Amino acid sequence: MLSAVAITRGFTGRGRAARDPRLPPGQYDAGRDWPVLHAESTPRLATDRWTFTIEGLVDRPTSWTWAEIRALPRSRYSGDIHCVTTWSKLAMTFDGVSVDTLLDAAGVRPEARFVVATAHTGYTTNLPLEDVTGGKAWVVWDADGSPLTTEHGGPARLLVPHLYFWKSAKWVSGLRIGAEDEPGFWERNGYHDRGDPWLEQRYQGD
Amino acid sequence: MAGPWQQATVVGIRRETPTATTFRLALERPFTHVAGQYVVLRLSAPDGYTAQRDYSISSVPGSPELQITVEHLPGGEVSEFLHEVVEVGDELELRGPIGGHFAWAADGPALGIGGGSGVVPLMSMLRQARATGQEDLFRLVVSVRRPVDLYFAAEITGPRTTVVHTRQEVAGRAAGRLTAADLAPALGPDGPIYVCGTPPFCDTVTELLTGLGAATARIRVERFGPTGT
Repeated sequence: MLSAVAITRGFTGRGRAARDPRLPPGQYDAGRDWPVLHAESTPRLATDRWTFTIEGLVDRPTSWTWAEIRALPRSRYSGDIHCVTTWSKLAMTFDGVSVDTLLDAAGVRPEARFVVATAHTGYTTNLPLEDVTGGKAWVVWDADGSPLTTEHGGPARLLVPHLYFWKSAKWVSGLRIGAEDEPGFWERNGYHDRGDPWLEQRYQGD
Repeated sequence: MAGPWQQATVVGIRRETPTATTFRLALERPFTHVAGQYVVLRLSAPDGYTAQRDYSISSVPGSPELQITVEHLPGGEVSEFLHEVVEVGDELELRGPIGGHFAWAADGPALGIGGGSGVVPLMSMLRQARATGQEDLFRLVVSVRRPVDLYFAAEITGPRTTVVHTRQEVAGRAAGRLTAADLAPALGPDGPIYVCGTPPFCDTVTELLTGLGAATARIRVERFGPTGT
């Protein structure tokens, strides 16, 4: 929903002569900073007990260990990420495995339309199936060439970079495939079910 | 629900510390928030450029005016504008209230632990506990550098508030970061624990709490940082 914007007395803003066209509306370039925002305490997950599971409307519910998922064909994302709290980070590189590879292994059933991404912390977030297929989503363990740190979701997180970053669940533990949309953690707390930064879908009703 | 964008008139400005200010706002369409929630503030330039940031609400739920308390971050586009340009009578655009996780409905015992500006949403909780005659429900531990850095200083102290100073010895406690010994007396057997401050502060406090045996499911964290809040 776009509303008329009222001019704020005395506000001119800064530096937008150089505003980067890669920045969606309302976002700023965080530069070298990578802010940390999550609602739960930061977990310490050992890779020897880490698993990733796809279940729900699939032909073959499948789990991967840390060694197994890292043995899958690698896939890289190079590009930008956008957090709903208005920072963006440009030209990042993430390495991991495409969600397409994982879903192909499990065999998504035709009636499937939505996914809930789950995390080892209990965090959840919901996404339309079409937003995690077709080369648009990854499970990643390296960021800019280094292992993903715990505070950024390591050992592995979901990466859905064309949506606001709360959809990219840190400490991801799996995907549950379903026929109905099922609001996740932030979505139950008033955030948007899809979260497209170019449409500024920040909150329910936007 | 975040509610639509609306205009808020600044009806009062109060300096809390040398680097923090409370803005009292009269809303075009008043709403009642839950203690701990925040609003989004949007500044708009004549050429269409906008900047928006999240700010926690410090006022008590149900009060006719909404209060936000903002830390002046040097170079912060929005916080600097609020501190240096905004005057009583100005209009600011905001939407809210937002947040359902870091929110307390005063329906059971709770503990708040705040570092610096992280005390802002906890102040709304403390004020609600007092306003509803349930002061016993809410315990507060605040960490600040020096006494001069304590927000809401005239109001926040009380038998259920502990203030810890990291850079100055006060009342026999040596200057230093929050320790398990500071938290243990405030930690009850159950109820949510609201932790708010910088990411390192939140991680330190979380580790202290789990070391004291608090279940991680009780801990709710709101990380403040240079993104605006």
